[in-house]
Order: sequence, then C-alpha cells, then structure tokens
Amino acid sequence: MSDLLVKIRGLKLEGRSDETWNPIINGVDLDLHKGEVLGLIGESGAGKSTLGLAAMGFCRDGVRISEGTVEFDGIDLIKASAAVKRDLLGKRIAYVAQSAAASFNPAHQLIEQHVEAPVQHGVRGKSESAEDGIELYRKLRLPNPDEIGFRYPHQVSGGQLQRAMTAMAMACRPDLIIFDEPTTALDVTTQIEVLAAIREIVEEFNTAAIYITHDLAVVAQMADQIKVLLKGDEVETSDTRSMLSAPKEDYTKSLWAVRSFERPLKAPVVAGATPVVSIRNVDAAYGKVPVLHDVSFDMHEGRTVAVVGESGSGKSTTARCITGLLPPTSGEILFDGQPLPSDYRKRNKDQLRQAQMIYQMADTALNPRVSVGNIIARPVQFYSGLSGKELRKRVDHLMDQIELPADQYYNRLPSELSGGQKQRIGIARALAADPKFIICDEVTSALDQLVAEGILRLLARLQDELSLSYMFITHDLATVRAIADEVVVMKDGRVVEQGPKQEMFQPPHHPYTDLLLSSVPEMDPDWLSNLLAERGVDNIGDAASEKI
Amino acid sequence: MNNVLGIIIQRLLLGLVTLLIVSVVIFVAVNLLPGDFAQLILGQGATEESVNSIRRDLGLDQPLFVRYFDWLGGMITGDLGTSFAQLNFTTGLGGVNNVTVLDQILPRLSNTMFLAGVTAMIAVPIAVTLGVLAALYRNTVFDRAANIATLSSISSPEFFMAYVLILILAVINPLLPSLSNIYDGMPFGERLEKTMLPALTLTLVVTAHMMRMTRASIINLLASPYIEMARLKGISPMRVIVRHALPNALAPIINVIALNLAYLITGVVVVEVVFVYPGIGQLFVDSVKIRDIPVVQACCLIFAAAYILLNLTADIMSILSNPRLRHPK
Repeated sequence: MSDLLVKIRGLKLEGRSDETWNPIINGVDLDLHKGEVLGLIGESGAGKSTLGLAAMGFCRDGVRISEGTVEFDGIDLIKASAAVKRDLLGKRIAYVAQSAAASFNPAHQLIEQHVEAPVQHGVRGKSESAEDGIELYRKLRLPNPDEIGFRYPHQVSGGQLQRAMTAMAMACRPDLIIFDEPTTALDVTTQIEVLAAIREIVEEFNTAAIYITHDLAVVAQMADQIKVLLKGDEVETSDTRSMLSAPKEDYTKSLWAVRSFERPLKAPVVAGATPVVSIRNVDAAYGKVPVLHDVSFDMHEGRTVAVVGESGSGKSTTARCITGLLPPTSGEILFDGQPLPSDYRKRNKDQLRQAQMIYQMADTALNPRVSVGNIIARPVQFYSGLSGKELRKRVDHLMDQIELPADQYYNRLPSELSGGQKQRIGIARALAADPKFIICDEVTSALDQLVAEGILRLLARLQDELSLSYMFITHDLATVRAIADEVVVMKDGRVVEQGPKQEMFQPPHHPYTDLLLSSVPEMDPDWLSNLLAERGVDNIGDAASEKI
Repeated sequence: MNNVLGIIIQRLLLGLVTLLIVSVVIFVAVNLLPGDFAQLILGQGATEESVNSIRRDLGLDQPLFVRYFDWLGGMITGDLGTSFAQLNFTTGLGGVNNVTVLDQILPRLSNTMFLAGVTAMIAVPIAVTLGVLAALYRNTVFDRAANIATLSSISSPEFFMAYVLILILAVINPLLPSLSNIYDGMPFGERLEKTMLPALTLTLVVTAHMMRMTRASIINLLASPYIEMARLKGISPMRVIVRHALPNALAPIINVIALNLAYLITGVVVVEVVFVYPGIGQLFVDSVKIRDIPVVQACCLIFAAAYILLNLTADIMSILSNPRLRHPK
C-alpha cells in the first residue's frame, strides 16, 4: 500500500549490561499506515518503549539495533545519517514521554520549548509558532491557553503538562507521534482529559500514532490495532475489537484475567468491637498549609480499609499522622482504644512495633548495600532482641512467609531482585516487627498487573494467617475491588464517603465517588466516547472534579 | 520573590556570624605565633625594661580578650589600627606620621583584585567553553586532550608554570614583560600588559578545576528525560548542551568558580613573588616575618571575608539559577 508510513521488519535490539549484549527485542515486524493508531502493550521489560523509540530511529545509550530494518515513509532510518534523522525528529516524527514533569526542561517556559522544534527545523517563525501553540493549547482545552505557555513546568499540574507536551509534539504537525505511557502517572480523573485530548487532536490532524501502555483498558480507547509484546517477542496483533472480544493467545487472555481476583466478602464488623486503629477528628498541616480536615475513620482487626483518592487528597498525609511522622494539629489517634502520642519520638518501642509500613517504591525503600537477609534481620533484632541462631530462624521463617526461601535469597542484594520480589522483602521487613497493623502505601502501583496480583494475594493470605489490619492507600479502584473490606474516599483532605465495600460499589454514591468510579477505563472500546457524550466535553476530569 | 529575598538575607546574616567566629580564630592564632614585635625589633641584647615599655606603648601587655575587643571595635568602625613596622616611635601610637594598616593594605588589595579580575576574565570563559566542548565531544580525542592539558597544568608547581611562560612569552618571543612591578597611577593599558603574565600563569592553575566541573555537571544531566526529549525534537547536539543542559548545570559550576576566585585573592603569593607583583600576598608574608600583628590580622580577616563573600555570592547565584525559586507557584 502506498500510504504505509512505518515499516519494521525483523527488528532485533540488544541492550548492554555488564559488558555483554542481551536481546531486548527478538525480531518484530510492524506496519503502521497514515492516520492509524497502533497500541503496543506488555508488561515492563517487554521492550515496548525500546521498540517505540526504535520506530523513530532512536536508541537510548546502551541499546543497539543488531538486525532488521526500520523504514519511515520510505527512508531507511537505520542507514540514515544523524543529520537526516535530526531533520525528521520533531518535524515529521514526534514523541510524548511518560513523565511530562521530567521531560519538560525546568529552566524554560513551556512556550519557549514549544516553539523550539518549528523554529529550529525552519517550519515556522517564532511568533507564528507561539500563536499556533496557544491555538493548540486551546484545542487541548488547557485552562488559560493565552498565558499558560508563559509558565515554567513546575508551575503547571501533571495532567496539564501532559497536554502541553502533546501540543508540543503537534507543533510541526508530524505524520507520526509516539506516545510512551502518557497517562500512567496521572489520576483517573485527569487521565480521561488527557486521553480525550489526545484522541481528538490525533483525529483532527490525521496523525498516525504508536500508543505504548500497559493498561489494556486505556489502549482499547485509543488504538485501531493492538500489538501485544512479551519479553521482546510479539504475542499477537489484531484490530482492537477482535483483540478484546476474542484474544487468541494464552498470554493475552492472562492479561484479562488479572482483573478477576477478588477476596470473598467478610462478615460485617461486630458492633461495639474496639478498632485496632481509630482516627478521631484529625486535622493536620504542612507548615501553615492545612492538608487534613476533620478526618475520622476506624480500622478493625483482620480487615482491610482502602483509602482512595487522587494525588494530593491527603491519603499519605493521614498515614504520616498515624505513624507519628506528622503530628496532627488537633484530634487524636487511638490504638486498641488507647491514645497514641502524636509524635513518634514520644512513643515507646511497643507502640512503634505495632504499626508498620510498606512503601510504594520498593526500589528506594530498601538499602541497596545491605543484603536481603540483613534488611529483614535488623527490625527483628531491634524489636525482639533475638540474636544468633534464633534470629536466623525467625528471618528464615519470615522469608518463607513471603515465598522467597532464605537458602536462595538470604545473601542477595536488592539490585539482584525483580520489582515484585523487592516488594515482598518490604512486606517481610514490616512483618519482622510482628505488628497488628500495616499501612500499605500504593504498594502495587509501580508493579505490572500480574506481579501486583501476586502481591495482593500474598497480603490477603498473610492477613488471614496473622489477623493483620491493613490500611491500603491506593488510587486504583480495581485494587480496591480486589482487596478491600471497607472503603474511605478522600478529596482535598476530607473524607467524602466511607462504608463497607459492597455498599461503596453500589449506587447511590457521593458525586465524587461516582466521578472516580466512572473514570476508571473499561475494556469496552466505546467506553470513552460514551462517557464523553454523557458528561459533555467541557465537563470531564478536573473540571468535573472542581464542580463537586 | 519575597522568598528569595528572605533566603538572601538569611545567608548574609549567617555570613556575618561566620566572619565573627573566624575573627576570634584569627586573633587567637596570630597571638599564638612565637616571639613578639618588641623582642624582634630591639634585638637580643634589649633590656627587659625597654621591651616592656614598647609592649606597653603598643598595648601588648593587656589581656588577650581586652585586645580582641579593642581590635573588633576598631574593625567595625573601619579603623584597622596602625602598622607596627611603620611606627614612628617618637610620637607613639597616636602620632600623625604613622602609617595605618589601611594605608598599607588598600593599594596592595586593589592590585590583587586587579590581578584576580584579569585572571577571571580570561580563565572563566575559557574553562566554561572548554567544559561545554568537552561534554559535547565527550570521550573523543578533543575531550582527552583538554583533560590532559588542564590537569598537567594544575599538577605542575605554580612557579614552574610561571617560568615556562616567562621563557616562552618573554624570553624566546619577547611579547610580554616578565616583571610586573606596577605602581599607583600607571596607565590602564600598561598595567594590563604588565599583569598579563601572572594572569596567564594563574589561568593555567585555575582552569582545570572549573572546566572539569562544567563537563561533569553537564554530562550528569545528559541522561535526564528532558535532554532525551530535546534530542527527540531533532535539536542539534550543541544546542542540546548549551540551551538544555547548561542552564540546569549552573549551580555547581558557579560554586567552583567562586572557590577559584577566592583562591585568586588569597593564595597567589608564589606567583606574586616570581613576577615581583605588589599584591597583598607578599605584604602578608612580610608582615608575618616581622610580627607586624595588626597587618597580619587585617590580611587574614580580608582573606576570610573574601572567601565568605564569594561563597555567599555563589550561593545566591545558585539560588537565582533555580527557576523554582525565581518563579514560585
């Protein structure tokens, strides 16, 4: 066909680690026609981003193309000189990165960065590009399109930056845009705005796109075709509707299955039972800025309370109040009915031991220079005073509990573990204190769906065995559905709704809960269109959230 | 903007406190020097009486803390005291013919500042440009050559570099004067010409540090997502570095520049001696030799103030180079 824009044949890519080259992509073919959107999905490490960048003729440092061809509109991008490629990049092929906050240069205003590509490529003059940029900002429904461009990246919110970056990619009206997980870092309500904006503008300019994501429901809204990758191999490719209704390969089916994990409902809490942790009318502030307003909820033994809300809603701040890292300005926190000192420095060892934490980024929460066994042994020693053989026995037992046998893993460093394994070590470290109550702060949000499910199952099993109470902080409603017994919805530092899970997922809802629930993408390819039709284009995402 | 102003005022106050602490250290340290002026000037055969009488005249018989507060009070009112070495003993300390410390130090200090200024004008642009180019052509022959050249020049002793330059630029090719005996009222052009050889020597000494910091802090940023974004926009490598990396790499570069400028004011005795340049370093060394305590103390305090002031300026400029602080939300 004459309108074939990208043609990739037998592409193999290798990455260097420890002086050897290991395969990342093992021979993938890809065809993209003008105006078409291809979804690339797979877990992290599947090679999605590497393949996306290779379609631009670009390899990150330490990555090389070992075999195959990449053609863009008949130009061989592998043989092309750096100057030829530079001429294409930004002008005919553009890129939208995952983290707009990191991908905008902090030192320059948005509009300066917007006009750079058209001016440098000689497409348009500076003032003309700036006017065009403002026009694009308006099309992408950014607030104050006339002046938002004169702000610096840190002055603009994440969802707005992501749209500004899409506008920047559009600056030269390219034929192809690579979207690399553009909404992964965003809240569900913000994600909708960005998805709607991207889809609209790609349709309007008839731009071809490669849309990279690990979220099937998102890709279902965006793509005409979907290609599934697994560890550098193509699993299957077909058009979106048939992929969703009838996936052929087992792996693709397993991606669907993740959403089916759900804990059985527990009997309701016995009336009058003393909660393990009770938060009573807590207000808190960072300096003079108030962040929590009259937050109250209870957590009972052997149960999971999911705290949901967007970033900035006060979920993690509530956790900081419970652990004593941020003493509340008023209100109190009861543990087994007894008030806890508000500052962790005033708590005794036993009070400290009872409440433990598991963090979002296992990568940064584990000391990279300490072996896994010692990471777990340290809190055991600190709280129980065990040593020698006794200590080792306890650590071995903990490692068995998280399904990482000590004989294989004791001496490994965190860098020798996968993301899911590191999170398991985080869990073992929390268990080492033998607590009654654990705060899980977004513990699965950095993990792939299959791995995340494993962690959720492990947490559920540990809860049953040890009657632990969890406070489960998350913004992912699928996780809530899977693991929660009670749900607390937070917005702007207040609790807007709380109750047992089965009630929370049944209407009628608080309008904000309703907005959150309806914003979670569904597998139906028409979901976004229907939702936009229902809400009206000017009433999605943040705009809708502000009205509540 | 109030935010930035607040930080600057805070830093200034902290600088003053540091200076105060340093003044105590200087005073005590100088008084720990063995021997004293009275003993030295009267020679070994002096009677105890005459030594004591000079000490009394100079106030050296007072307890240490009294002398310290006298000195500190003088400093605050701008009176650095009277130089012992130029003392007119017939009129005593208050006499009209006495040379004050300020009279001694000021011309020397201005000469030193002139030399430091000329050196900075040459060295800073060269170092930053070389650093940018080395980052751009990293791991190429150019990068290696620039590194080897600057590192060799910093590794050789200053006097050696000075003599090599004299040999090349004054003896073999008589382009520049090898003596830098400048004086008050010398026309600017001539002054500049005479300062050129010491300035070039010092340039060789300070360039390596600044260049390597420029190179390192730029390369540090090259893996950031916004640099990748710039490259994916098809921006030329030179522009990526100058426009996208350099503005974000300024803070550490500014700090190293400040450190080197402070060195140019306080540590150039050897170069001054080689070129007979009348700077403050020579005055300092001479004063220590004859135990001219007021001059030594004043020099030390000026050196400390220069360090503090330059580091303060660097701090403030680093703060200003951060858009988050310049443009709060």
